[in-house]
Amino acid sequence: MNKCLERLYNGIIKENPTFVLVLGMCPTLAVTTSAINGLGMGLSTTAVLVMSNMMISMLRKIIPDSVRMPAFIVVVASFVTIVQFLLEGFVPSLYASLGLYIPLIVVNCIILGRAESYASKNPVIPSFFDGLGMGLGFTVSLTCIGMVRELLGSGALFGIQILPESIYTPITIFVLAPGAFFVLSFLTALQNKVKMKKGKKITECGADCASCGNKSCAGHFFNMTGDPSVSIEEAAKTAEKKTTDSANKE
Amino acid sequence: MEELLLIAVGSALVNNVVLSQFLGLCPFLGVSKKVDTAAGMGGAVIFVITLASCCTGLIYQFILVPLHFEYLQTIVFILVIACLVQFVEMFLKKCMPPLYNALGVYLPLITTNCAVLGVALTNVQKEYGILTGVVNGFATAVGFTISIVIMAGIREKTEYNDFPEAFKGSAITLLTAGLMAIAFFGFSGLI
Repeated sequence: MNKCLERLYNGIIKENPTFVLVLGMCPTLAVTTSAINGLGMGLSTTAVLVMSNMMISMLRKIIPDSVRMPAFIVVVASFVTIVQFLLEGFVPSLYASLGLYIPLIVVNCIILGRAESYASKNPVIPSFFDGLGMGLGFTVSLTCIGMVRELLGSGALFGIQILPESIYTPITIFVLAPGAFFVLSFLTALQNKVKMKKGKKITECGADCASCGNKSCAGHFFNMTGDPSVSIEEAAKTAEKKTTDSANKE
Repeated sequence: MEELLLIAVGSALVNNVVLSQFLGLCPFLGVSKKVDTAAGMGGAVIFVITLASCCTGLIYQFILVPLHFEYLQTIVFILVIACLVQFVEMFLKKCMPPLYNALGVYLPLITTNCAVLGVALTNVQKEYGILTGVVNGFATAVGFTISIVIMAGIREKTEYNDFPEAFKGSAITLLTAGLMAIAFFGFSGLI
């Protein structure tokens, strides 16, 4: 049981997908115009993540290694379709405001990342809790960003007016597209500040994915060999070698 | 013709795929350090998205709709895109080595680019026909290229500027993107 709690803690705090791993940036920026939208998106992603983690974990001994990526994608896409129809049927208002971003959960790097790095190697129950932890971590972060943007942009929280217009003029730009970039930028800077106090160095991407601030690449950027079986470290070495080779030629 | 032009301007500038729809952010932040690489990535994205919106449009119109399998669109589209990227890579390697050398490294990265799937789904959602869909795809990709090249230009210029320590890295990139998004608001008067 301890292991399950550890997975939850790991997902929500230690390896929070948004703030620590910086994965799944597209939905993070796009749907956090209000706290409710952030919460809805987070919970939908959690549902998909939990189901796909369990399914992939059950199938981990059957799926051949060479076709695992397409197999994972099919599993994830099926669950996304199911969630999409459930939302459309039961919460049509949320479905309308999330729109295109529901089917795009398929390409969210968090889900494929967990499938590849955890569910395909571990039994069903830990995978379930891993998915739940990661999903809740994602939900919490999206809701927080949504709350900041909603409060600054319209003076409300979860749709309830908190700051009356007589004392606070809403800064509408925070609900619009640029606001998303600004809020995330300041949150990242804040996080860097905390890291610097702790004496950690901020590294520009040097394939050191464990301590990199910009993990929206999810390691894909360095795997330029085009072969998914090559690990990130090897791919980084190859990329480095290519750069030095071309530098030598010049 | 006029309608096509409106759609093209709309998706390239007004509803810019990166700056107002937040699709394809990963390459936008990751591959925008130099103008050359950004332009290469942009070229590859234009190529793939145009092709993908054509293929997915054909498959949707002539296979999914007649068989009433519309609900399978997400699964089918993502698989078609993944296969397409693989085929394009193999085809270019074999038949057009110069183009492969220019675009090759970026191709594997594109499968994970949510803009490709995003365009395919938008085409279905807005009930575009095949020609309109292809125009929309091409224009969206051009919009992506415009913004990533501008971004790379700004990043090259500001590389040695004296930022506060905490803003170095992705924070300042995001801030730049926010300012660009404000600038792109100016286009909303066009339509």
